[in-house]
Amino acid sequence: MWTFYRKKEKGEEQAEPKGFLSRLREGLSKTRTGLAGRLDNLLYGKKQIDEKLLEQIEEILFTSDLGVAATRELIETVQAGVARKELDQPEKLRKALKEQIRQFLDVVDIPHSMPGPGEPYVIMVIGVNGVGKTTTIAKLGYQAREQGKTVIFVAGDTFRAAAIEQLQVWGDRVGVEVIKQKQGSDPSAVVFDGLSSALAKRIDVVLIDTAGRLHTKSNLMEELEKINRVIKRKLPGAPHEVWLVLDATTGQNAVSQAEIFHKALGLTGIILTKLDGTAKGGIVVGICRQMKIPIKFIGIGEKMDDLRPFNAPDFVDAIFG
Amino acid sequence: MFESLSDKLARTFKKLRGQGKLSENNIQEALKEVRIALLEADVNYKVVKQFVEDIRQKAMGKEVLESLTPGQQVIKIVYGELTRLMGETRQELALTGRTPFTLMLAGLQGSGKTTTAGKLALHLRKLGRHPYLVPADIYRPAAIDQLQKLGSQLGVPVYGTDRKLRPEDICVDALSKAGTVGADILIMDTAGRLHIDDALMAELVRIKEKILPTEILLVADAMTGQDAVNVAKHFNELLDLTGIILTKMEGDARGGAALSIKAVTGKPIKFIGVGEKLEALEPFFPERTASRILGMGDMLSLIEKAQAEFDEKEARKLEKRLRKKEFDLEDFQTQLKQVKKLGSIEQILGMLPGLGQLKKLKGLKPDEKEVIRIEAIINSMTGEERRNYKIINGSRRRRIASGSGTSVQDVNRLLKNFIQTKKMMETLTRKGLQGMPSMFQ
Ligand SMILES: Nc1nc2c(ncn2[C@@H]2O[C@H](COP(=O)(O)OP(=O)(O)OP(=O)(O)O)[C@@H](O)[C@H]2O)c(=O)[nH]1
Ligand SMILES: [Mg+2]
Repeated sequence: MWTFYRKKEKGEEQAEPKGFLSRLREGLSKTRTGLAGRLDNLLYGKKQIDEKLLEQIEEILFTSDLGVAATRELIETVQAGVARKELDQPEKLRKALKEQIRQFLDVVDIPHSMPGPGEPYVIMVIGVNGVGKTTTIAKLGYQAREQGKTVIFVAGDTFRAAAIEQLQVWGDRVGVEVIKQKQGSDPSAVVFDGLSSALAKRIDVVLIDTAGRLHTKSNLMEELEKINRVIKRKLPGAPHEVWLVLDATTGQNAVSQAEIFHKALGLTGIILTKLDGTAKGGIVVGICRQMKIPIKFIGIGEKMDDLRPFNAPDFVDAIFG
Repeated sequence: MFESLSDKLARTFKKLRGQGKLSENNIQEALKEVRIALLEADVNYKVVKQFVEDIRQKAMGKEVLESLTPGQQVIKIVYGELTRLMGETRQELALTGRTPFTLMLAGLQGSGKTTTAGKLALHLRKLGRHPYLVPADIYRPAAIDQLQKLGSQLGVPVYGTDRKLRPEDICVDALSKAGTVGADILIMDTAGRLHIDDALMAELVRIKEKILPTEILLVADAMTGQDAVNVAKHFNELLDLTGIILTKMEGDARGGAALSIKAVTGKPIKFIGVGEKLEALEPFFPERTASRILGMGDMLSLIEKAQAEFDEKEARKLEKRLRKKEFDLEDFQTQLKQVKKLGSIEQILGMLPGLGQLKKLKGLKPDEKEVIRIEAIINSMTGEERRNYKIINGSRRRRIASGSGTSVQDVNRLLKNFIQTKKMMETLTRKGLQGMPSMFQ
């Protein structure tokens, strides 16, 4: 029913509109010349595995923002393999590394409630300032519209100057109604309005924009929890999804973001934006490994069609080429 | 969360007690820990490598000072070097020469340029300047709107941008109109862009060529990871930046990007953003960021600052009073004065290891106005009341409130805060300060 967030199945790429893979590759090309290119350069030329090679691999993992823990674990795994003489060639080592990272990323969906008949699918989008929440909502709305769903945007960022106007511009472009009040009003009240409206109009998908906030601000985290409670009260079972937007440029702090937002609201997914830059977004490897939160989508640009489903094997393949 | 570097080093050096000099052998382990701490803090891998090598050279053969353990000695060297690298002297905006001055903000998407433009306008106005905000982001939906709103909130004029014009033409036209609105400094907010987006980067170069800005500032997110070096390098190569502004520093990011960016650009970090409010712009203090990167909260700079502000005797007296639980409202008053010099209470508490997590601190977040009010309240107390808060009963509260032009609720709240602070400082003294080298000793 809700195909727009469904994981893509093997071989489905071919059925996608033309250019999907090339765009994905394009978006990931920097990641690829980064990690993949360098790994290839490193490994293809080498005949055997030595300390120096391991150190270079470590550099690649670190500079991709995998972080200390994930990098250590990966290096230890390959070192063990080398010691057991299983990994006696650079090519095997490359495969093993790839496989290990893929396993870290391979996280099953978190079970969550589903809307009853005639009820909207309610998705709350949260994250720190400037990561791309509003743009991602536009992209998600566009995708849902393309699949023939009716959609409402809820302007839950009543704090930042012109945040409501920004969402309204996107609403106009995507062709989605925006439920809003004026700046400074209570976000919970706007969300309540949004749900009432969606229920009355039998809307399929409700996307709730929220103000960017640092996870360390307890009062703002409480505000989010309140919004969450209001949603639950209005529509038991909702929000069906709470998605955290992470910026691929972010370093180790993304772990703290994921942990604290998850604790406060119970995330059902992560969206990783700005993968069209040179940042590798490797931090999600550690997050998936530690917290088992699935990555739903990646953002690869500023336009409304610059959203792609995340798929662990695809992602690793695209990185390693 | 992270075990602090000082704890780790203390562990590493346990077996090495009594050694007089730092040597290749005994610092090896310590340097490993330093390396990990820097990597955990998002300092770029290559920058870390270079840095650790420098430290090795510097540390070798150093006498271990009597008062310090070898671990503390290493921290001291690391800390000193980090601080030195990030810039020893405080750098203001270079506003000399002919007006109108022109500030250009550039950076990645979502780094905080527009908010920072508003903050700079407020900052400059406080310095007696007349800023003019120029929205040159014609791409992001409602970006112009956003700056306009910030301008009207501040009462600062905002150039009426026509989205059909090119950003460089917008800036040129705004510059020609600066006089008509009585402005002597333009703040140009440009669209966020990727450093690898050649077309959009060329646009920035065109603005630069047409305006020849007084300052070109890169606005970067303090949470940035390893990619900070690529971003900063590109922007600097194309624009020859004059400085950096690091945003979102009030969070719990360790801020290694500060070192990475400084290392690849050599340009000074001029300000940090510490909140969403327009007042939340501060000068950059290398010492604070150094200890933060090392995961030691801001202990070290607090120690240094505290030492600079109090004289030793004062400090010892305070610590004794804390230990004996004699901390009173007079001390609170002195503390407030110190704190005002150091930064806000919330920030200071946030900088102390372990305390950043405390949710209870919410009641302890006085803003500037609040601090003034608190001072007025304490000033209206008698000496006896300040020394023994317990005697402050209902009628005394009413007297204090009317004497300080506040309400009884204000007085109540202050007393509540004071009691909390007292408790916390006493706990802190028992737990935190003991482990710290040379603090108040
Ligand atoms: N290059 C690139 N830019 C993106 C992507 N997603 C969002 N952006 C840009 O990032 C900037 C911030 O995006 P917003 O959607 O406003 O972010 P937000 O999280 O809603 O921001 P706040 O509400 O202010 O916290 C905008 O300039 C977007 O165009 C992406 O995948 N790639
Ligand atoms: Mg937004």
